[in-house]
Amino acid sequence: MAAEVKAQASSSSGQRSFTEVLRTVFGPVGQLILFIVGSALALSLVVVLLALLQIGARPDILTRALTILPQVIIDGLVRGFLFASIALGYTMVYGVLEFINFAHGEIFMVGGVVGAAVSLFLASSGLLAGMPGLLFVILVIAVGMVVSGALAVTVERVAYRPLRGAPRLVPLISAIGVSLVLQDLMRLMMTNTPLGFNARFNTPDFGPPIRLFEMNLGARPVPVILPPKALIFIVASVLMLIALNYLVNATRLGKAIRATAQDMPTASLMGINVNQIVALTFLIGGALGGAAGALFGLNVGTVNPYMGFIPGLKAFTAAVLGGIGNITGAMVGGVVLGFLEAFVASYLSLFTNGAFSGAAYADIAAFSILILILIFRPSGLLGEATTQKV
Amino acid sequence: MTTTASSVSAWERIKTALTSGPSGYGFMVLYAAVCSWLLLTNPRTNLNTDIVFVLFLLLVLLVYRSQLVLGFKLALVAVMLALVLPIFGTLNPFYIDVATQAGIFIALALGLNVVVGFAGLLDLGYVAFFAVGAYLWGILSTPQITLINPAWSPVPPIMFYPFILIGLAVGAFFGVLLGLPVLRLRGDYLAIVTLGLGEVIRVLANNLDRPINITNGSQGIRDIERPPLIFAGFVRDTLGWQLSDQQLYQQFFYFAILLIVLLVVVVVGRLKGSRIGRAWEAIREDETAAIAQGIPLVRMKLLAFAVGASFAGAMGVVFASKQLFINPPTFDLLRSINILSMVILGGMGSIPGVIFGAVLVTLLDLQILPRIANVLRDAQRAGLPIPAAFDPTQYQRLLFGLLLILMMIFRPQGIMPDERRKEELQEHDSIPDAIEHAKIPDTESEVGLK
Repeated sequence: MAAEVKAQASSSSGQRSFTEVLRTVFGPVGQLILFIVGSALALSLVVVLLALLQIGARPDILTRALTILPQVIIDGLVRGFLFASIALGYTMVYGVLEFINFAHGEIFMVGGVVGAAVSLFLASSGLLAGMPGLLFVILVIAVGMVVSGALAVTVERVAYRPLRGAPRLVPLISAIGVSLVLQDLMRLMMTNTPLGFNARFNTPDFGPPIRLFEMNLGARPVPVILPPKALIFIVASVLMLIALNYLVNATRLGKAIRATAQDMPTASLMGINVNQIVALTFLIGGALGGAAGALFGLNVGTVNPYMGFIPGLKAFTAAVLGGIGNITGAMVGGVVLGFLEAFVASYLSLFTNGAFSGAAYADIAAFSILILILIFRPSGLLGEATTQKV
Repeated sequence: MTTTASSVSAWERIKTALTSGPSGYGFMVLYAAVCSWLLLTNPRTNLNTDIVFVLFLLLVLLVYRSQLVLGFKLALVAVMLALVLPIFGTLNPFYIDVATQAGIFIALALGLNVVVGFAGLLDLGYVAFFAVGAYLWGILSTPQITLINPAWSPVPPIMFYPFILIGLAVGAFFGVLLGLPVLRLRGDYLAIVTLGLGEVIRVLANNLDRPINITNGSQGIRDIERPPLIFAGFVRDTLGWQLSDQQLYQQFFYFAILLIVLLVVVVVGRLKGSRIGRAWEAIREDETAAIAQGIPLVRMKLLAFAVGASFAGAMGVVFASKQLFINPPTFDLLRSINILSMVILGGMGSIPGVIFGAVLVTLLDLQILPRIANVLRDAQRAGLPIPAAFDPTQYQRLLFGLLLILMMIFRPQGIMPDERRKEELQEHDSIPDAIEHAKIPDTESEVGLK
């Protein structure tokens, strides 16, 4: 009887045609591209309008604004995919446990630090110089994923699972504790090894920046360049997002995750090992966060034990922006937030004539979005209206 | 079996003898006298004095827990805190500073306790209100104000006293201002949003030196005014104590903060027993049931925010004046976590618990960790394998993080729990499996992965 059910189940999932799988996997990607193009266009339009408003007083402002526009869009994409890959960890855990894994930013940080440790090892053993860039990237990401994923599962087992039935605030406070502990443990380890507090992230030479095209603005043409590290970041994150979509939407394991997220008791009645699924969710979220950390370190060049906190908060904002618990939403939210931040960081100082520094106020912009979203559309961009459970 | 039973009863018998009846009075007086004598005759800063100082503070706890006449308890504590400790402070400035810091944190923790402990709203940006109060006095009492508008001049230092009340009002105002947008949020969202708002205040303090220099940015504000020593003549001439200005200021801030803490304890204690306090408790336990009982949810939550924030605002004024210097890192997230761990350690909702937690964490921060650091450094010199870059005073995050995790796992109700809070937490502990607690399926309320 049981075997029959199993056979039926596997045959029913086998009946899914290839095109259907393609649609479930790439459908969200299409949605993501839509939001990328949409938010880039909308924000560029805002920039142009603002420039036109000020053109009377400062005639060169439109040229200056347009000159940096392509770079800002690339920057926004990198930031966006960074937030998206971290936000996935938040949103998956929230979807399954309805719990904000506050320590997720630190999981991201650990990925970056581990990547830096690998690069230090390679550099000191002399392997780094002769290494192909692609192999290095894959190695760093893989190590980051393994360590961060294992760490996330351990944290869940030690600090969250004992508290699963407790009132909501209890695991949250525990998670805050985990976040602080991880920061200082990493600091302790880094300052007592050759890594140091601000660890350098050595990379092989990825070649010169790619010149995409040239813009003819005013006196001389402005080249639009794409740094190879930014390209690596974008490509790697897109691949990861597609892989995650496949896992969650097209496999049996993914079905189990979705079932657990929808209704934990019923899922456990259907023979799903709920504890395993929860651990798996932490593993996937942690691995994605670790990969994002390694990529971030590679892109920025240095890592430190406190670097995870602010990106973690912003990724949470991204998850809420997209609709928490919603995987596509987390990606969309991350990208939209990344664009917004990049635009604020680059243009605030230009449009206020240097009175406000954009980099500092970009943080404020992100948190303001969090508050506004929570007030006016708590379900997020892609979320459905939810009623509070009693 | 019998031996354990008799040993337990022996311990009980000793405890009863020492905390009640004539022997109790004798013990307490003797304890206080010995500690005071040790402190006053040997005021150097070293490990022995540390231990005696901790024992001295422990006596306050013992007196509180004992079954003696209330008048006696109050008199003994008053003599210790208002007489022995200040006199000791004139001999050794370090310990009275620790006591003053502890006082500041007691007031802050009690304020946070109103929000977190009574109303059950986890506020991770509490230090923002403290910062608002501190910057209020910092900007208005120094020439910083002339940088904002050359026509304005700093307020005279005597205005410190009314400014404590103004800090109270400004804190309450900001509490309502920041509370309004987040009221509709559920517990965990609220925590993150308040954290974000706390960061916003810090970022603003860090960056509002341009276009107009309001906060002097990351350099902070220095030479903040202290109130004039109006009582200096009385102390020096009438009492005949020849204390330096520095010592007088220490005494002044110690007594000012002692007084404020007393007021805060009374106010918080009265609030807790009042209709408002019970409304907060109802909201904490079950929001929906509270609404059904006719409790004005929004007003009560805002009130909790305002009360908590107002204490922080007033303490900010005092803190800025005492420290003479403030800068944005003084008000970072770690400070909020620090105060939160005081509340959690002592017991959310429990006033004596929170006071105990605040004193314990402050002692840990200022006395115990530096001592451990010294011990480690000695051990290091003796050749023990301790990492060179490990200084326990620099690893507060590790300490507070571990504290939070361990408290949540093993004793979520705190060391000296509030009775009702304890019941609430234990009721949930008794449910064996997470599945029992999971939500009831409801087609409208699915937050699944899509």
